[in-house]
Parts: sequence; C-alpha cells; structure tokens
Amino acid sequence: MNNINAPDIAIETKNLFIFYGSFAAVSEVNIKIEKQKVTAIIGPSGCGKSTLIRAFNRMNDFVPSSYVTGEILLQGQNLYGKNIDPVEVRRKIGMVFQKPNPFPKSIYENISWGAKINGFKGNMDELVEQSLRGAALWDEVKDKLKKSAYELSGGQQQRLCIARTIAIQPEIILMDEPASALDPISTLRIEELMQELKKNYTIIIVTHNMQQAARVSDYTAMMMLEKDGSRSGTVIEFSETKKIFTNPKDKRTEDYVTGRFG
Amino acid sequence: MIRKTFEHEIQQVKDEVLLLGSMVEHAIIASVDVLKKRDIKGAERIIAEDAEINKKRFAIENQLMILIATQQPMAHDLRLLASTMEIISELERMGDYAKGIASINIRMGEETLLKPLIDIPRMAQIGADMLHRSLTAFVKEDVEAAKMIPAEDDEVDALYNQIYHELMLFIIQDPKSIERANWLLWVAHNLERVADRVTNICERTIFIATGEMSEIKDTKEEIGKQ
Repeated sequence: MNNINAPDIAIETKNLFIFYGSFAAVSEVNIKIEKQKVTAIIGPSGCGKSTLIRAFNRMNDFVPSSYVTGEILLQGQNLYGKNIDPVEVRRKIGMVFQKPNPFPKSIYENISWGAKINGFKGNMDELVEQSLRGAALWDEVKDKLKKSAYELSGGQQQRLCIARTIAIQPEIILMDEPASALDPISTLRIEELMQELKKNYTIIIVTHNMQQAARVSDYTAMMMLEKDGSRSGTVIEFSETKKIFTNPKDKRTEDYVTGRFG
Repeated sequence: MIRKTFEHEIQQVKDEVLLLGSMVEHAIIASVDVLKKRDIKGAERIIAEDAEINKKRFAIENQLMILIATQQPMAHDLRLLASTMEIISELERMGDYAKGIASINIRMGEETLLKPLIDIPRMAQIGADMLHRSLTAFVKEDVEAAKMIPAEDDEVDALYNQIYHELMLFIIQDPKSIERANWLLWVAHNLERVADRVTNICERTIFIATGEMSEIKDTKEEIGKQ
C-alpha cells in the first residue's frame, strides 16, 4: 500500500516508529518519497504529521525524550545510523516553518549567513541573487538588500526563508504548514513557487489544509490515528494525489477528504 | 499570473479538446467521403477510429475531474471546466453520428447509392466547418463568434429539408426505393444533428465567458424533424 512504483526515490522510511518516552506518536510508517516531486502529508490534528516530517531532518532530536526505531534512508543511508551528524542531515534536508522566521538581520545576510557557516567560498552576491530568484523574491527586494528582513511582508518573509533554505542547496525541503500564517494571495505565491522548486528539489509538505495538498502535491500521504484506543498515528494511505482526491482506496481517507470525518 | 501551473493545465485541457474536435471533424467529412465512394474498408476504419474518439473523451473527462478535485476552480474557472465536460460529451456524440454514417455504408452492402451525393457532402462540409469555428470560439472565449455560428444551422436545415423532399419523391415514384432512400435520409439526419450540437457548444462558450446560460433559438421550422 505504501509503495510508489518509481525508481527515483529521494527518501524512504522503513518500519519507522517515533516515540516520545514510552508513547509511540507515530507507528509503522513505510513510505518512499519520489525525487523532484511534492509529497503532501495530510490528516486530522494530532495524527503525527509534524512529528513525522520533523523526523526527516532530525528536528525531534531537540525533544529530549524522543527517539525513533526503524530507518529513514537518504540514498540508502540511515539518517539515524551511528556516526551520522544531525547538522549534516539538516544541511541536506532543509526546513521551512509555519511562521516565517527570518533572522533579525538584513535581507542579504539572511541568505549569506547560513552559506557562510556552511563554508561557502564562491561569489556571495551571486548566491544571494540566485537564491532570491529561486524563491521568486528577487524582483521585489533587489533594491533593498541591506534593509532588515523584518520590513518585508509575511509572505515575502516566508519566501526569504525559502531562499535561505535553498542557498544551502539541500536535497530535500521540508515545509511544515508553510502558508498557514499567510493571506490567500501570498499562499498561492508560495504554492506556485513550490511548482518551480520541485524542478530542482524534493519537497515534503505538511498541511492541515487538504485543498492546499490537492493543489500543490504529486503524492499524498494520509495519516490518521490507526485504531480506536491507540493514540499512535500512521500513514493509512499513500498514493498519487489525483487518486487520493478522486478515488481513495481507504474509507477513512474518503471520509476525511469529503469532510465527513469524525 | 499567480496560478501559472493551473493556467497551464487549463491550456492543456483546451488543447486536448481541440484535438478531440479535429478527430471528430475528420470523422464527419471522411464518413461521407467513403460513403460517396462506397468504400467499405474506409467505413470500417471510421468505426475503429470512433473508439479512439471515445477514449480521448474519457481521458479529457478524467483530466477535468482531477483538476476540479485538486484545484478547486471557482467562478470563470469553474464555468470553464464544468462546461468543457459538456462540450466533450457533445463532441463524442458527433463522432457517433459519423460512426452511424459509416455503419449505414456497411449495411448498404452491394447496393448502389439511390442518387449521386451532392447536398449530403455539402451538409457535412458546413457542419464540420461550423464545428471547427465553434471550437476556436470556445478556446478564445469569443462570444460574438459563438452567437453568430448557430445561425448557419439554417443552411444545414434547408439542405436537410431539400434532401428530405427529394427522397420522398423517389419513394413516391418507386416504392421499392424505400430502403435505399431511408439510408440516405438517415445519413442526412445524422449530419443535421451535428450542426444542432454545434449550437450547444456555442451556448456553453457564451456561458463560460458571460455566466449567462441561455438557449440559442432555432430560427426555422424543420420538416421531418421530431
């Protein structure tokens, strides 16, 4: 059920469980995320969507009691294996959060800072321009690169955070509700940007807005608390987005996407 | 343009509709052409090609379903996608008329045509031409053109009436010609329906562009029409 028959896999989970102490917040996830596609993770609140996406770049490491069992494989390498540096994982797998979180610095420095600490030695002006262009922000900010990032609108700040992420040239970009703090027009801009970004990057997005998942993604993973009594979330259906929204296989997915859930 | 991807997908649907339209247009002209030549193999080919038309229609329908489900179209976009669903169904039925003409050709077997075909090819030509321009109007959302094209149906109806009277004369003069006359009457009837369905496409185009859904009235009484 959880396999995509495609050769180009960016990241894969094998029998993945994510625990907070003794509580398994996410159970038994086996999915293969295809390269240069947008994969959406949807499901009701509390079903473990954010926990799952945070496991992809080891953000859950910051929660002391959290640990995982099973594997998350990036090009065959288990991200939770021994000798894996979580900082290196986060360089390869960038993340954009719900609320735009630019640094309290200039627009330019927001891009250059991460590149610098990652040892970037090339032409910084070029990198800044490329990244801002890649995030469809260049034309709006090219004349005020020295201005504080805080002067930008929410939507622009979010695109700046995306520019900052792609400046590091990750392989995968994780987006956790990237548009939920934005107005509808800024939201559509981010969604359109995702279509551009997927030409070069693999994108995994968590969204509680299933219409957004329908609009932007190629594949959709439907998560839900698996059984009555258990409070552990899992992926109950994973397939092409067009199938999830026109002919889902699981009755629970059908009930969720048609608004008849619960 | 913020929703570039969606716009692009809409354009792709329109391109597919044009492609379907050109398949149907070809089928209409070819069905009469092979009838004129009494080419049975050609008729069989048209019947086989109709399966392709049906397949294309289902493919576009599926594409539209996915767009409606995933892109949540509103206002003009919704009118466009919902109306395109209707238009492809009209096109498929027009393809069936061409297939019907091909079937008549096959059923005629060794029989010769009751009369040389003059007006029937003209009906096919006018119908196919109206169809072509109605789809151009659809793609461009050209309301003026969509309002003008249905009037040309009068010419098709006039030809149909003429053929009808002519064939009635044949039957009166020689009752044994009933079957052969009937075959041609059915061919003409199918072509007359093609033009009627073009009117439906034009109505949808006007609806897409303006949001007004109204019927374009027939201007003439038609003889022999149910």
